[in-house]
Amino acid sequence: MSRAAPRQDNLHADMTLKTEPITINIGPQHPSTHGVFRMRVTFDGEVVVDVEPVFGYLHRGSEKLAEERTYTQIVTLTDRMDYVASMTNNQSYILSVEKLAGIEPSPRGVWLRMIAAELQRIASHLVAIGFLIQDLGAWGTPLIYAMREREKILDLFEMLCGARITNSYLRPGGVFMDAPDEFWPALDALLDELPARIDELDDLLTNNEIIVARTVNVAVIDPATMVNASITGPMLRAGGVDWDLRHRDPYDYYERVKFDRPLHTASDNNARYWVRLQEMRESIKIVYQCIEQIEPGPVRPAEVPFLVRPPVGDAYGIVEAPKGELGFYLVSDGGISPYRCHVRAPSLINLTLLREMLVGGMVADMFVSFGSIDINMGEVDR
Amino acid sequence: MDVFLDNSLFRNIYCNLASASENCAARGYENALLPDGLQWLAFTLTGVAIIALIVNGVLTGVLGFIWFERRTLARMQNRVGPNRWGPFGMLTPVADAIKTMFKEDISPSDADRFLYNLAPILMVVPLLVVFAVIPFGIGTFVADINVGILFILAVTTMSGLAIVMGAWSSGNRISIFSGLRAVALLISYEIPMALSILGVIMLSGSLALGKIVEAQNVPFILVQPMGFLVFFLASLAEMNRTPFDLTEAESELAAGYLNDYSSMKFGLFFLAEFMAALAGAAVITTLFLSGWRGWEPVPSHFWFFIKMGGVLFLIVWIRSTWPRLRIDQMLAFAWKGLFELTLVNLVLAAILIAIWPEPTTLQLWIMAAINWPVFFAALWLVAKVMGVKPHRVERPARASLYPVAVDEPAPAGEVSER
Amino acid sequence: MTIAWKGEELAAAIEAFAPDAVIQHNDTDVWVSPASLLDVAAGLRDRPEFRFDLLSSISAVDYIGHYELVYHLTSLPRNMKAVVKVRCGEGRSDPEVPSVTAVWRGADLQEREAWDLMGIRFPGHPNHKRIMLWEGFPGHPLRKDFVTYSQSVIEPEQAHTE
Repeated sequence: MSRAAPRQDNLHADMTLKTEPITINIGPQHPSTHGVFRMRVTFDGEVVVDVEPVFGYLHRGSEKLAEERTYTQIVTLTDRMDYVASMTNNQSYILSVEKLAGIEPSPRGVWLRMIAAELQRIASHLVAIGFLIQDLGAWGTPLIYAMREREKILDLFEMLCGARITNSYLRPGGVFMDAPDEFWPALDALLDELPARIDELDDLLTNNEIIVARTVNVAVIDPATMVNASITGPMLRAGGVDWDLRHRDPYDYYERVKFDRPLHTASDNNARYWVRLQEMRESIKIVYQCIEQIEPGPVRPAEVPFLVRPPVGDAYGIVEAPKGELGFYLVSDGGISPYRCHVRAPSLINLTLLREMLVGGMVADMFVSFGSIDINMGEVDR
Repeated sequence: MDVFLDNSLFRNIYCNLASASENCAARGYENALLPDGLQWLAFTLTGVAIIALIVNGVLTGVLGFIWFERRTLARMQNRVGPNRWGPFGMLTPVADAIKTMFKEDISPSDADRFLYNLAPILMVVPLLVVFAVIPFGIGTFVADINVGILFILAVTTMSGLAIVMGAWSSGNRISIFSGLRAVALLISYEIPMALSILGVIMLSGSLALGKIVEAQNVPFILVQPMGFLVFFLASLAEMNRTPFDLTEAESELAAGYLNDYSSMKFGLFFLAEFMAALAGAAVITTLFLSGWRGWEPVPSHFWFFIKMGGVLFLIVWIRSTWPRLRIDQMLAFAWKGLFELTLVNLVLAAILIAIWPEPTTLQLWIMAAINWPVFFAALWLVAKVMGVKPHRVERPARASLYPVAVDEPAPAGEVSER
Repeated sequence: MTIAWKGEELAAAIEAFAPDAVIQHNDTDVWVSPASLLDVAAGLRDRPEFRFDLLSSISAVDYIGHYELVYHLTSLPRNMKAVVKVRCGEGRSDPEVPSVTAVWRGADLQEREAWDLMGIRFPGHPNHKRIMLWEGFPGHPLRKDFVTYSQSVIEPEQAHTE
């Protein structure tokens, strides 16, 4: 941000307006930092000149804790990383364990966890959109409309596994219990209702004059820069990069379902919002196809022991989580707990370009751009 | 003395206390409560009574409005809202007020103590004073000064000053942002606000609020749609309500100038915020919705409060649906949008007044019939020039902008398009 | 479907443009020497047969005798993935690996994390500071010799029962 240099030839040099940038700590306690995130921001008037993110206020040492727990117990740790999307966290971790131990999952378990993961994606995107509009200053209404639908999805999770947020539903080889009988009609009812609700959000928000004025052409990033900075997920697809692991590197049974890939060229805040909205519709399609193809059978192979002992080696399982690519790198020494467990956290890595996104923008745009990345502090700091 | 006795509120109290005085006796009052010779006491007591009436009336109104806003917002958001204290949760604001009073009063060590303590008072007092000139019903007002509307404009400007004082004196950098925004808003929105009233003043030929109400044989919202729109939006900005709540932008500046205030100092600011909404609604009712005028036999006060409630509902409705504007967009809106509208309105009103200097009811209707098409045309023009088109959302991509998996055939499924 | 490079083929392909870079390989992974890492990284990113433009993840592992950094690479244009490993800090001496932030900006926060939690230095990193923990935190907690609080303190009740 360049400011007009003081004019040297001015006879009334004393009268030139002297300004200086001020530095403010935004966070860790701030309504719009989505948790305990802290930014050291330098402002020139209302314009952001410099941003330095400060992490670690929610660091709980999950990776170290994982080294002292068995493979099944770690599932509960993964719930608490991205606590808005625990099902996909479980999925990524379980994929790594299955790869490491060479477990062949049972088909019904895989279908069930795909349904759970796609429902979780809808829930997470609803939260992302709701809080994005909340950051824009709409006092609560879109947020609570989004939260209302999320509640219904959480009710379904409660039927599946008894928990709403920290599910711990997946196990090596599948899931830990079959869906109860009342789950299927409830799921059908939800799927009938959701498209109308998403259309409602679409009508309310997409063409809203103020939202368009506030989000279009704000925080634009170049696709090549994003790829180089390892940014993944809806943020990358909003920049027009057709990269979705569910298409390109199908895990579970994603190669057996058909769905579209929402792409946007603009790579601004509005595009990120739009891509998330469309992905919810695609997730509904996927859930329908899962329901069609699911077959009866055990939800996890009987031969998989509760105390998994993978052979010595390492494995890296990666899934397309709602926030981006979520990977677990596990190293086994042959024991009942991993020798090393490293998490590739999309929330953390998507913050790489935070400075580029915010500098040059105004104070108000700062929080909207930050919200459009859709991070979760539990996953950033782990 | 006659000046005071023309005011029915004052007369009713004063003359019942001291009817023996010749002024009151001439107006047919009897049965004095106070003996003759104590008119000075009656005068003082009347003044105190009226002040108490206004202050308590406004405070009660604020509590009612807080409840109303919270319940309405909750209903619009699929929530229940406060429902624990009293019937329908109506006592919740009272409980909040008591809680606020018992909070610890903290001042930051960097604060400029004098200004820090003065700011909340300076915020509340002008808004209370506004209610002094508003006629709530036939003959129900504290003072019908003949420059009433100018008085309101002058007095409400103080709230911007109070915000700057509070923001600066608390020595908090985030608060200073809020103070700077308050100044920018004050400078920008005072002008369209003042200009938008000129049409009303021309039509009624008076600055006194009582006269303005009496002149409204047709409510001025029908005759002056542009004036109403601009005044309404500018007063939203003046009272820091959504979508112009930049000084207190919760998602950006936490609470803006309120950050370092606690206990009843915070309470006063909070009170002033809701009081501003009440005052704004009262002024809009008086200027554009024909004030206390209605149909017999329903009392005039009732009509006034019904109309005021309607305006308040509109304010709450806007708050529950619209996001906030950015500061540059908001200033552009004031200078490029509202300012032009007021100028069009002003020229049109001047021409119409030149044709019909003292409009009758029929002529007012004719003016309305001319004003509305011009209003829509002007609105369309302004929206065309500075509005944001929804179609500016670019078409989504149909192919990847970055080379992805160039060697292999496209996977199943399509790139979705709108 | 993303194609995973075989360790053998990747080693040969790297040898073609960066001789003596590869130390060893197995079925899936290739170990390169820290000194040649930057050359290898630039080649992996830019050469048409790889085009690994997305650095998926950097994981640091403490193998007691030495440390190991694992680079998971993804190529968007060719839809391929590969694993490159770097051994450093033999005998638990001061581990040091050149920073690849100049090649992949995505390494920025991940290398800071590896420094903070595992204590591996990255010369050339533009902002070489701790990320999760505060400056002055004693030690690097993900190392195997890091003594946690629960290991170092015996609670009074526990002592009593024992």
